[in-house]
Amino acid sequence: MRYAMAIDTKKCVGCSDCVVACQTENNVPTGYCRDWVIETVTGTYPDLAIELRSERCNHCAEAPCVSSCPTGASQYGPGGIVFVEHDECIGCGACIESCPYDARYIHPDGYIDKCTFCMHRVEKGQDPACVAVCPTNCMYFGDMDDPNSEISKLVSTRKYKTLAPEAGTDPKIFYLI
Amino acid sequence: MGTSRRQFIKVSALSTGGLALAASSYGLGSSLSDLFDPENDYTGLNLKRVPTYCEVCFWKCAAWTHVDKKGDIVKIIGNDEDPHCNGRLCPRGTGGVGMYSDPDRLKTPMIRVKGKDGNDTFKEASWEEALDLIALKMSTIAKEHGPESIALLKHGSSGSHFEHLFKAFGSDTIGEPAYAQCRGPRETAFALTFGSWIGSPEPTDIRDTKCLVLIGSHIGENMHNSQVQEVAEAIDKDVTIITVDPRASTIAGKSKYWLPIKPATDIALLLAWLNVIINEELYNKEHVEANTVGFEELKAHVQQYTPEWAYTITTLEPALIRTTAREMADAAPAVIVHPGRHVTWYGDDTQRGRAVAILNGLLGSWGKRGGFYNKEKIKVPKFPHPKYPHPKWGWHSLAEDYPFAQMGLTQEIIRASIPEEDTKHKVKAWFVSGTNLPNTIPNRPLLTKAIDSLDFMVVVDTMPMEITGYADVLLPECTYLERYDTIRSATNRQPSIALRAPAAAPKYNSKPSWWMAKEIGMRLGLGDYFKYDDFSDVLDWQLKKMGTSLAEMKKIGVKKFPRKSGPLYTPDNQPINLPTNSGKIQLYSAELEELGFDPIPTYTAHDEPTEGFYRLIYGRAPMHTFSRTSNNPMLADLMPENNVWINPKVAKIWGLKNGQYIWLKNQDDVITDFPIQVRVTERIRWDSVYMVHGFGHHEKELTVAYGKGASDTQMITQTKVDPLMGGTGMRGNFVTFLTEQPNTVES
Amino acid sequence: MNEEIIISGRMIPHVDPHLELWHWPISLYLFLGGLSAGILFFAALFTILGKEKEFAGAIKRATIVVPFALGIGLIALMYDLTHIMYVWQLYATIRLESPMSWGAWVLMLVTPLSALWVLGYFKEYFPYWSWKTGFVKPLGIVIDWINEYRMTIAWILIPSTLLLGMYTGILLSAFNARPLWNTSVLGILFLTSGLSSGAAVIIWVSQNHVERKLFSQIDLSLIIIELFLIAHMIISLYAGPEVQNQAAQVIMGGQFTFQFFGVVVILGLIVPGILEVLELKGFHFPVAIPVLLVLIGGLVFRFVMIDAGQLTRYLY
Repeated sequence: MRYAMAIDTKKCVGCSDCVVACQTENNVPTGYCRDWVIETVTGTYPDLAIELRSERCNHCAEAPCVSSCPTGASQYGPGGIVFVEHDECIGCGACIESCPYDARYIHPDGYIDKCTFCMHRVEKGQDPACVAVCPTNCMYFGDMDDPNSEISKLVSTRKYKTLAPEAGTDPKIFYLI
Repeated sequence: MGTSRRQFIKVSALSTGGLALAASSYGLGSSLSDLFDPENDYTGLNLKRVPTYCEVCFWKCAAWTHVDKKGDIVKIIGNDEDPHCNGRLCPRGTGGVGMYSDPDRLKTPMIRVKGKDGNDTFKEASWEEALDLIALKMSTIAKEHGPESIALLKHGSSGSHFEHLFKAFGSDTIGEPAYAQCRGPRETAFALTFGSWIGSPEPTDIRDTKCLVLIGSHIGENMHNSQVQEVAEAIDKDVTIITVDPRASTIAGKSKYWLPIKPATDIALLLAWLNVIINEELYNKEHVEANTVGFEELKAHVQQYTPEWAYTITTLEPALIRTTAREMADAAPAVIVHPGRHVTWYGDDTQRGRAVAILNGLLGSWGKRGGFYNKEKIKVPKFPHPKYPHPKWGWHSLAEDYPFAQMGLTQEIIRASIPEEDTKHKVKAWFVSGTNLPNTIPNRPLLTKAIDSLDFMVVVDTMPMEITGYADVLLPECTYLERYDTIRSATNRQPSIALRAPAAAPKYNSKPSWWMAKEIGMRLGLGDYFKYDDFSDVLDWQLKKMGTSLAEMKKIGVKKFPRKSGPLYTPDNQPINLPTNSGKIQLYSAELEELGFDPIPTYTAHDEPTEGFYRLIYGRAPMHTFSRTSNNPMLADLMPENNVWINPKVAKIWGLKNGQYIWLKNQDDVITDFPIQVRVTERIRWDSVYMVHGFGHHEKELTVAYGKGASDTQMITQTKVDPLMGGTGMRGNFVTFLTEQPNTVES
Repeated sequence: MNEEIIISGRMIPHVDPHLELWHWPISLYLFLGGLSAGILFFAALFTILGKEKEFAGAIKRATIVVPFALGIGLIALMYDLTHIMYVWQLYATIRLESPMSWGAWVLMLVTPLSALWVLGYFKEYFPYWSWKTGFVKPLGIVIDWINEYRMTIAWILIPSTLLLGMYTGILLSAFNARPLWNTSVLGILFLTSGLSSGAAVIIWVSQNHVERKLFSQIDLSLIIIELFLIAHMIISLYAGPEVQNQAAQVIMGGQFTFQFFGVVVILGLIVPGILEVLELKGFHFPVAIPVLLVLIGGLVFRFVMIDAGQLTRYLY
């Protein structure tokens, strides 16, 4: 099993529902977020290309946050979900320094926090909150090891890109372009 | 009070101490922190869910409010059965929790009094006191000037309760900005062409369309939920989107054709499209013959409007105009030239709406799959009450100059409130519910003048919005998550209803509007109109009549009913039967001609910016609604302030840098209260600037939103009024930049 | 014109617009760790070489600094932890992949050894205490025991101090995500810098002309090596991918240019280097001047690297 997410930039309107849905689902404190939305604009008026991307932890297969963690608090969960065991975290920040996506933050309670692919929902067979709420249905979550999953099919048929692939982390968020 | 100048009061002006005391006894401070209490079982299964429909915008998506064991509202999730949202709320709906938990909420009734220093101030009051005063004032004013002289200005669900109160009281002087400041022109235009309003949600069959044409409509930035969902679905099916917008809107970025039109020239493009479709014979002749009137007149009329002519006006290449016209015709009848929603732009908006409607009529998209489906809704039975008295005059009397006005015109109610104007019908008092007029109505000085002249003003709101500072009596309404409301029944593919039930007790000393309306009604001797103890009695009565019950609806939230009006799409072999005078699509409008208006739209040039000024274009961001969400802690977290989009060429001329704060000054020398951040971007034309509506709050009680960004409404002092229906065109305002803090007196 | 902007979310405390996570305590800790490694390395080396008498400055005097430096460094490190109650988790596991983990273990080894090392010389520091009869007698037994195993301790210290010195750099260079740090030269560079600082302290406390001269020579060589390593670091940043080119800008014209070239390179390396050359040629200066310059340079170097490195990132 290898959980991953595909996000269709052709459909995303950048509404940021994923951000606020994550905040209410995971009790993320105000001023913090586990996912966010980026807009890129290239070209000169009126020849423009606009891309919108909902971004979050890439749940990398070669996660530098896991390898840099001195206590093992940062670890791989089922299906390669990268998460932090709060009670093992000393708050050294090595994982934050190590993440090329800057996807982690210090929770006001001291431990390091991040996207968990809504592990508590996934365990029950539900989609992560961001995927479940997305009004444009532009986000897909599933098992990359299952060739019949929607995400496997999308990634094998559509053009896609990953973010900062040169950082060598083998990210698992695929942006369909 | 009385006729003295109405001072704007900071809501907590009087009794800061008293308020703090009251606040703690109401449990202030338990709000946000509770939500983030790690003890809360927010991710567990033990959440209770209560049905509601959203009130953050007007789409009214049905949802489930999730409440934890401690009784706190933790999240709101869309109802899977609801055609407005299909189980997926938009960010505002999801962030609706913040509306409930906002610590800045109005907490207790307040009454305007003279303070020791001689200045007006608010005094906390009991509900008894406040409601008694309102009833006394209403009956006194009604005795002297008639109940018609008390106007209701409203928006949203609460408005309907007060509308009932007002009609029972004998006043039909009712208006809402949603008409004359928003979608009025398109409704009139489509009524003139197809015999019926577009309504809300729009019956656009976007999910099955092959070609979607958007004239300045920024779907995706406006989060009209199911519509956005359907656009995404259509993108999956490779829809051709044609977006006409001087700004590279989000949807422009997803369009096969983006037409970066010169602002204020849309009618020229629409006429040129008609020209191409007619002259290249791209229309369905059988359809035109069977279902339309006035084709020959239309054909003759548009001959002058060639793409080459339009090029000189719109700056769009003739080839592009032709190509896009052909794309539409190829897709017909599965094509939607979208009527838009906020369409009060230049004063000829009904005529522009007519051009849009005519284009749809010619393409045969009305009543067709992929065009406009035949909408249907189910009627909710009226809870029995005596007949309303017949008012001597009402909103229609104030809108006499506009023969096609079909709802109250807020700006006419405002004008009728200023006594020095020689008006037949004088408005003496306002009851304002759920609409923040200073950030909604153009021409703020006129609004302030009208408010100054009033004898009495009541404001009902959940938040200390700017309008509340002008109230004589201020009533704190509980949020939609804490109350019952009327049953939602809206037009859709299939009729459906949705229930709104309270998920928590009203916070602080707030109350639902149905209760306020009833209490005022009782005091005015209108008890016969309010024969129920709790609004749930009304709902249960209505729901039982509809074959369900309150108990069942609490379990399901949304109930669908079978269609009764006929097929969703009119079969091709059947003529489309329309409720117009001719029963057909009126390409040529005899009604308009009769009253001396253009029976077919023509192009008129509009004002252009003078040197150093730029046309102010405003719009929406997907995470905010009007000016009402900017203080919502969750939504403000997503987008705390607006910025002003400036083309890099313009920025270079002015030496403006990304992120720099500047002030805007309009053609009438009005300067924004607060500075606004510059966004230098290619996404906007060099002759215009763009900003998101709803920011720049000057009410300090809005602790999150105060001073964040600038108000576009403040910059809109000029309006071009639509002679047909009275819509206030607001896109004829121009701004320039001030890089230094101007010397302004605080407003 | 191209844009890349955050529509919503982010602007998280300590993360945006750039990391401000590791502050002065980390810089101080890295400096003190390197300095301690440097001093202890020389002390152990000359002990093994059997030069205890000639190099008393290195072996007996400078090393007094070490337990304090490491202690302060550790306190600084702990101060920067945000979930301190769980700090014991560091020693519940060994994670070789994580420089932070093996660094913590090396520190766990070196810190007590440094204390023992110093304790071993207590009889020499305090010759008039009544070691045979007084209440310090049990301590004397411990001291004797330490001195019995001093050679073993020295042998353990050689690799562990080198590891400690390298670790302060590798800790940073292992972070792919901070392009300025992500250069393989950083480990050896920080080790060199630590050794140089150590040598400087030894020069300062040495009372022996031979020792001082030798350590001046050693320090001079280390300074020259360090300059080459810095050049190497900059070249490899420019030879690297786009993100590293941009990262180099932070010290090459960007906001840390003055601190880096003015303070670290010129004041902290070149000036003391020249002074030491002149000293060796027979000119006399107060010994504290080049020593302090080297120490300040070393400290500022850590500050610059920590702060500047956190300005550099992959995205946006």
